Amino acid sequence: MSLAQVSKGDMPYQVRSLYRSLLRTGGQFASYNFREYAKRRTRDAFREHQNETDERRIQELVQKGLKELQVMKRQTVISQFYQLDRLVVEGGKTGKQKGDEGGIVRQKDQGWD
Amino acid sequence: MSNIAPTVARQALRIASRRYPSSAFCRASPRVAALTASGRRHYVSETKPSNAIVNVETAIKADQRAFVNQTGKSPENATMPTTGMGADAMMSPTAGILKQATIMDEGSRPIYLDMQATTPLDPRVLDAMLPFMTGLYGNPHSRTHAYGWESEKATEQARAHIAELIGADPKEIIFTSGATESNNMSIKGVARFFKRSGKKNHIITCQTEHKCVLDSCRHLQDEGYQVTYLPVQNNGLIDMAQLEAAIRPETALVSIMTVNNEIGVVQPVEEIGRLCRSKKIYFHTDAAQAVGKIPIDVNKMNVDLMSISGHKIYGPKGIGACYVRRRPRVRLDPIISGGGQERGLRSGTLAPFLSVGMGEAARICKEEMEYDTKRVTALSNRLLEGLLSLEHTTLNGDRTRHYPGCVNVSFAYVEGESLLMALKDIALSSGSACTSASLEPSYVLRALGSSDESAHSSIRFGIGRFTTEDEIDYVLKAVRERVTFLRELSPLWELVQEGVDLNTIEWSQH
Repeated sequence: MSLAQVSKGDMPYQVRSLYRSLLRTGGQFASYNFREYAKRRTRDAFREHQNETDERRIQELVQKGLKELQVMKRQTVISQFYQLDRLVVEGGKTGKQKGDEGGIVRQKDQGWD
Repeated sequence: MSNIAPTVARQALRIASRRYPSSAFCRASPRVAALTASGRRHYVSETKPSNAIVNVETAIKADQRAFVNQTGKSPENATMPTTGMGADAMMSPTAGILKQATIMDEGSRPIYLDMQATTPLDPRVLDAMLPFMTGLYGNPHSRTHAYGWESEKATEQARAHIAELIGADPKEIIFTSGATESNNMSIKGVARFFKRSGKKNHIITCQTEHKCVLDSCRHLQDEGYQVTYLPVQNNGLIDMAQLEAAIRPETALVSIMTVNNEIGVVQPVEEIGRLCRSKKIYFHTDAAQAVGKIPIDVNKMNVDLMSISGHKIYGPKGIGACYVRRRPRVRLDPIISGGGQERGLRSGTLAPFLSVGMGEAARICKEEMEYDTKRVTALSNRLLEGLLSLEHTTLNGDRTRHYPGCVNVSFAYVEGESLLMALKDIALSSGSACTSASLEPSYVLRALGSSDESAHSSIRFGIGRFTTEDEIDYVLKAVRERVTFLRELSPLWELVQEGVDLNTIEWSQH
């Protein structure tokens, strides 16, 4: 399908847009586990129904997705209010140190070493 | 001339910032230009009526701008006065304790791998609960107004969701405060009801049951009941022949848990149910660890009473449910008497938000069971393979009849508690949360026939819906490192490496 054909009312466009919004919103969870779950669940759900052809079924699934999106929008905002320290697995992923340059990086207060 | 210009400029700036929105500049700048060009000094400033007026609007705007400039500062770019620390280090909750700290690259909260103790509250569940914690505060038992009706409707719907999850009728679900209360209610209730008729006074349970079942039975023993504590086989399963032999004509109740909380073995509930039904004995099962994780059907399993917990299925803590069969009717003596709510079996006002939360959790569990099971199994296999690839490690409990989300592994020649201390960055437990305060080896593992050492050196890993692969990999790496480290310290390990059989050593008596 060429770009010119894509209109806003188009179903594939809507589905893709929903997918993107779900992923974007899910990434805003403060908690690492919820964030990862939202990402994984969204991806798997869309992949599972990738080959759906029935119009009605697609419509139903999109409705469900929209509902989840609304829930997620509310919950991500709430999670932003009550932030906790990050998990031990989370760090290191960013690849950069958060402290000032040459600053004392906190000694790990847990673990063996 | 060169020293005039700054003064003039400053003056112009001051005027502009104090009073004029934007037009000030076009008016001031020609004047500045004129002044610098002519170079004349005025000792008396020009006066205009507008000079004396404070323009409120502009003053507010200037204040706002100054404020916005401050607020736009992100914490990592700001330093806190007097401490010299970065602001984001100050905002980290633990940084206050460790004074000279900056935010470090890695987080500091441990990974949660104790899903048998409790599970995190699913955001979807919280979303369903929030309306009932804010606006919809009606008493679900109020029949006279709309506040009551809406709460009642929601709790009934929650009941229906829970019933659907276990294949029951909504009317058979009784909300309680948790699985412990459900267990107490079922066991004591049935026993006390039969005591009135005075015919049956025998209860059968199992040695690996949860503490609350065992303790309820102990209490009933004080009241004159006879209790049989069935032993389990080495794999944690009960022997059906033994159970059948233990049944007497005066047996009132058999209580066997579906999934064990420490070793995760799945008991043959269906066969036990069939046996109990044929002998007309009530069958109670503590399914707190099983509901929502493995498929359960109370009618197929012939279960008469079942305990369910809210916080083990990603729901809120403080609520549980008890399934009480209606056909054939199970008669109970209620522990809590009062207003006759919940079919008179558990009086007291329901907590609508907790009930709704548990209902939603049950609904999600039903919907996601297939997906979650696949996921948990994959992670569990990954973890188990990694752990068992270490030498001298064994899985406790049966490998096949096993709920994959609970992995209980013994690390020989390592003290379990010290391993737990070494694994501070992972939230783990050596047994059930209720007994984790004591250093006693787990009675469940002792019942399996494990030696004291093996029971002492075992650790339970719980995997749930929100566990990620990265966490499993982190855990595997951490466990491998620290088990090796602790074993290096151990003289026993040295002996084992030299090929000495520890059982042949005669330790000198002191």
